[in-house]
Amino acid sequence: MKISKLYIGLLGVALVAPFVMYPVLLMKILCFALFACAFNLLLGFVGLLSFGHAVFLGTGGYVTGYLMMNTGLTPELGILGGTVAAALLGAIYGKLSVKREGIYFAMVTLALAQLMFFVFLQAPFTGGEDGMQGIPRGYLFGLIDLSDNLNMYYFVLAVFLFGFWLINRTVHSPFGQVLKAIRENEPRATSLGYNVNDYKWVAFIISAALSGLAGSTKTLVFQLASLTDVHWHMSGEVVLMTLLGGMGTIFGPLVGAAAVVGLQNFLSGGELGNYVHIIMGLIFIVCVLAFRGGIVGEIQKIVKRNFG
Amino acid sequence: MKSMNKTLLSAAMAVALTSTAAHADLSNDKVKIGVLADMGGVYADICGKGCVTAVEMAVEDFGGTVLGKPIEVVSADDQNKPDVGSAIVRKWIENEEVDVINGLVASSVTGAVTEVTTNAKKIAMIAASASDAFTTKSCSPYNAHWTYNVTALANGTVKPMVQGGKKKWFFITADYGFGHALEGIATKVIEEEGGEVVGAVRAPLGTTDFSSYILQVQASGAEVVGLANAGADFVNSLKTAAEFGLTDMMDVAGLLVFTPNAQALDPAIAGGMLATTGFYWDRDDESRAWSARFKERHGAIPAMPHAGAYSATMHYLNAVKATGTDDSDTVMKHMKANNPDDFFAKNATLRSDGRMVHDMYLIKIKKGSERTSPDDIFAIQSVIPGNEAFAPILPECDFK
Repeated sequence: MKISKLYIGLLGVALVAPFVMYPVLLMKILCFALFACAFNLLLGFVGLLSFGHAVFLGTGGYVTGYLMMNTGLTPELGILGGTVAAALLGAIYGKLSVKREGIYFAMVTLALAQLMFFVFLQAPFTGGEDGMQGIPRGYLFGLIDLSDNLNMYYFVLAVFLFGFWLINRTVHSPFGQVLKAIRENEPRATSLGYNVNDYKWVAFIISAALSGLAGSTKTLVFQLASLTDVHWHMSGEVVLMTLLGGMGTIFGPLVGAAAVVGLQNFLSGGELGNYVHIIMGLIFIVCVLAFRGGIVGEIQKIVKRNFG
Repeated sequence: MKSMNKTLLSAAMAVALTSTAAHADLSNDKVKIGVLADMGGVYADICGKGCVTAVEMAVEDFGGTVLGKPIEVVSADDQNKPDVGSAIVRKWIENEEVDVINGLVASSVTGAVTEVTTNAKKIAMIAASASDAFTTKSCSPYNAHWTYNVTALANGTVKPMVQGGKKKWFFITADYGFGHALEGIATKVIEEEGGEVVGAVRAPLGTTDFSSYILQVQASGAEVVGLANAGADFVNSLKTAAEFGLTDMMDVAGLLVFTPNAQALDPAIAGGMLATTGFYWDRDDESRAWSARFKERHGAIPAMPHAGAYSATMHYLNAVKATGTDDSDTVMKHMKANNPDDFFAKNATLRSDGRMVHDMYLIKIKKGSERTSPDDIFAIQSVIPGNEAFAPILPECDFK
């Protein structure tokens, strides 16, 4: 009951937010929140640290951009195309990487992501360092003009809610219970008869697909797909968002993404613009040393201690 | 109800009266200039804080106000990333009442930004980018490309070298829009003059180790290696070339040399090299006077984008003053109809395609023995008239 009230309250805030804040910033936050939520599905609920998740964000973005520019598809189909492409790539990369654990898993995902980075850097259709520019937002279902920022915002919000719901559903399903069991004690899950690698693989694909969904949507928002989205910095940034917000919590990545994007936005305008990376780094250190649960994790702890 | 109507009416009349009195039709009652530049990356010396300083100088010299309203300057760091740059400009235009964009360095960023400005019908004054795309394949009625472009560089530097008998060329190219454009246009000039390009390697923006590329050049059998890059890339590639003895084996042509980069290089390496520039501080009294003021504030002599950013800002503000509005179409029409003329823009005109055509200069980097002060870097060899340096207007870019 408490939880559903919280959801309704947040939804209300999300619906009126674009009238108070700049819609493009909100859309950016939502896209990164979805990306971080997808990443958290792997890190927080299966215990897999992928260090190449940007590749799915970027692949979704580039494929959607290509489809929107060259085929005249409507935006929802363009986004679907990007998501499917990311899911397929996730299926291949997942198959190759889930066989390894810990640091080896992280390194394999990083290496595979760098391979794709080079492809995107050199392939003629991506525009290299220039990126893919001037991607049209188009008309949703051929009807609603997305070049209007408000229309676009509600579309992005709908996409985010869908992704968020899907992750929530996955985590709370029997499938999600198995994932958590794997996270807690993998040999035990194996001994109970679960094919651990297959579970990990499916989780990896879901995570990759939702990352692609986030990237596709982001591309439409900014009408641009660029190397930033596939660069390993981006893979690091999503780790930061997830840890800062609270790994393994439902709302953590959302809060983390809002904090990181909001901070970047705030700092880039002011005198501290040159020190964004240093400040982010300091925050990361403080977070890891002092409050490991992240913002949401710590709040949950306090709530539990005092009211639980 | 009636009195309410009356009040409204009188208020409306009062507003109408004040606005006619001031003859001003400025959006948000101010002119706001957004300077987008590279504050900390490879192009920071070329158009970073210096471009902001130059624009601020122009605003101060203009008097700080136009039509009785304030002129504001905001700036931001694009990190040479198109997504960062276009997001900032989008925010400026949609949310922060910015009327015109200045600065604009990396061509990749400028491409993404001009998409945004064109859609929003705002003017982009491109002070530092080199690619010719903004007045050719992605031309727009809202682009004003100021300082120079790749065509002028190729016509200025490459043509005389090929005519002088250097026929076999090899390129080290910055691997993005600007480098590709520069290599492409230089190749065209070389082939037109009967020369030949024997090969090219492409290095990513911000490469620090050029040794593998230099080894490829050594094996190529070329007479000239053209450095189709800029900023720190240019400095690093030339240094490596010198370390590998390449400068003794063949000629090195720096296609885009800015004063701060030339200053950073050992004269023993760079001395004697020819290059093309849109501005040099030590040209005449007028340029020296402005450059001295700039140096006092910035701490270094101006590179050509700094002077260009100043000149572009002045021309824009003059047009706003003359037309009494900051409406982009009206201002642009006026800017194209009236020629800029200041210490930077000589024999200049802003063409209908948005290309600012003006005198360019073929310079030679002075050797150590020829220099009288640390700022004494270039010797102007000849003046290249604007219509010889820049390409003619394309029919599809002829915005009247």
